[in-house]
Amino acid sequence: MRAEREDAGTAAEGGPAGERPQPIGGAAAELRAGGAARAARGAAEILGPRRSARSLLYGVWYVTEHQLVIMRSYFTTILMGSVLNPVMYLFAIGVGIGAFVNSNAGGRGPGGVPYIVFVGPALLASSALTVAFEESAFPVMAGFKWQKVFFAMNATPVTGGQIATGMLLAMGLRVAFTVAAFWAFLAAFGAAPAAWSFLAVPAALLGGLSFGALIVAFASGVEDDEGWFTIVQRLIIAPMFLFSGTFFPLESLPLGLQWIGWISPLWHATQLGRVATYGLHEAPALVAAHILYLGALQAAGLFVSFRNFDRRLSK
Amino acid sequence: MKRDSTHRNATGGGISAALKSVALENADGSLISARGLVKTFGQLRAVDGIDFSVGKGEAFGLLGPNGAGKSTAMRMVASVSKRTGGELSILGMDPSLRGPDIRAHLGVVPQEDNLDLEISVRENLVVYGRYFGLPFSYLRPKAEELIDFAQLREKAREKVDNLSGGMKRRLTIARALVNEPDILLLDEPTTGLDPQARHVLWDRLFRLKEAGVTLVITTHYMDEAEQLCDRLVVMDRGHIMAEGTPASLIREHSSREVVELRFGSGRNEGTAAAISAAGLLGEGDRVEVLPDRLLVYTQEGEATLARVVASGQRPITSLVRRSSLEDVFLRLTGRSLVE
Repeated sequence: MRAEREDAGTAAEGGPAGERPQPIGGAAAELRAGGAARAARGAAEILGPRRSARSLLYGVWYVTEHQLVIMRSYFTTILMGSVLNPVMYLFAIGVGIGAFVNSNAGGRGPGGVPYIVFVGPALLASSALTVAFEESAFPVMAGFKWQKVFFAMNATPVTGGQIATGMLLAMGLRVAFTVAAFWAFLAAFGAAPAAWSFLAVPAALLGGLSFGALIVAFASGVEDDEGWFTIVQRLIIAPMFLFSGTFFPLESLPLGLQWIGWISPLWHATQLGRVATYGLHEAPALVAAHILYLGALQAAGLFVSFRNFDRRLSK
Repeated sequence: MKRDSTHRNATGGGISAALKSVALENADGSLISARGLVKTFGQLRAVDGIDFSVGKGEAFGLLGPNGAGKSTAMRMVASVSKRTGGELSILGMDPSLRGPDIRAHLGVVPQEDNLDLEISVRENLVVYGRYFGLPFSYLRPKAEELIDFAQLREKAREKVDNLSGGMKRRLTIARALVNEPDILLLDEPTTGLDPQARHVLWDRLFRLKEAGVTLVITTHYMDEAEQLCDRLVVMDRGHIMAEGTPASLIREHSSREVVELRFGSGRNEGTAAAISAAGLLGEGDRVEVLPDRLLVYTQEGEATLARVVASGQRPITSLVRRSSLEDVFLRLTGRSLVE
């Protein structure tokens, strides 16, 4: 196969004009030849005998690349959000509420560290999940329902599973950008004292990917938007934000409410972040459990997303 | 693999032999072949056992009213929608098994434009080309060429959201050409456009047809079918009612000319009976009663109209015209195409 490919390359590029292969789409190529600007080689010639080969290999990346082109068109707002959001929260909760909490607890907040250090990784993880929600729910709804771009993507060799994965990857890149910026502010506020505090970035990213995968699964299953996202925001995201050990340790809640934290991806991501930023003492088995739980949520989300995408695209 | 190399040695060529060894046609030489094709949605049989085939370089039409099953058939040919029954072969491959391989050779213009509204005209073309695995070195000049083809030079940097309906439609067609497809599928290409935008689009499609691109077009406009299609099938309620060239369909299923007569509401039915009874019709002529007018199918329109008027009937308006595919459809189904 390799020899044949190289052989093909010489024939196409170096061979005399008369021996140049005719592209399969010869008719369309004739049209191409009539245009003002023209590509040096036709599509059939570039793609080779099996025209879908590159799409099958790199389809996921093409979907991600497309999302990055879209994000470029509103990069200014992404940048403003990524700067203003951490500053706002760290001042209001870390510094403002922190002063009050610390003064009542002899200069130390929960976990024996200043309040801003305690709450910082939780705010970091929260920002990851918030962005993951925004960058999953609405683009997926737009893809199936509003602009129907997924149907356009699927008219090419790219498959439903590749589209779902590519959307998740693009969302992950956006979350990574947001949490990296947030972490820089944490460090600037002195809220990330540990040497390995940057590990809070992949921890928050893992949380964002897990939650995002669940949202992609949910959004791809919603055929008619009857205000479902508002319900998710009010009944899932808001309680998750309040009861995941974000502002106070989960243990201070009555046992009957602690389960909200245990199932919440936010709590697991937050605890991992705390281990990274200030060395919270968490048993190695528990650290592993946090990672595995988040990984499992992500796998489940992807599995359901694959099925939903295939079902809706192949109707 | 073995067969490939044997073939290559026999013809002594490099890539041309490798390309030719992939037979991009069905066993019977057609590009698309459907036999007893069925698609059901729950209880609804949207496509109910249709047979058709499309040859290379042909402009093939599916004509029928909304809900006839044209778009469903088209989505199966586009190798995305899975068929419920029957056989379908495209470029020698089964879409249920090799969807991505087939789609790599298709250009698809769906009924609803599904462009990316948030990015520019040029970005839409390049981004879409990427999905086929095409490199930027190919796509940059290709996008410029397609922008000219779609007559969108002034709008190249504009966000698609700001384009008119006709411009979006032209961009969707241009986008479908980015991979230099072997078959271009157009689902209702001009529905919802004003007459001027339709004519611009027809001109673009006609150029593709002249260049030898294989076209499959669904439409409920008989003028569109007559202008663009070499051959077509008339569809209704999931079935194919007739097949042929526009001219042969008219010859077989309609008369040469049609006289349209309006007598005012409530009077059409009675007048139709009177015209038939008075023996004003020639051999093989017939009268069709529509809610708003009478259609007299006849060989000699002017002569028939003259006889009707001479008999004392006074239509409010009258019109003599040649038969169209609309009349064929009416004859075959008892209903009109656009309701």
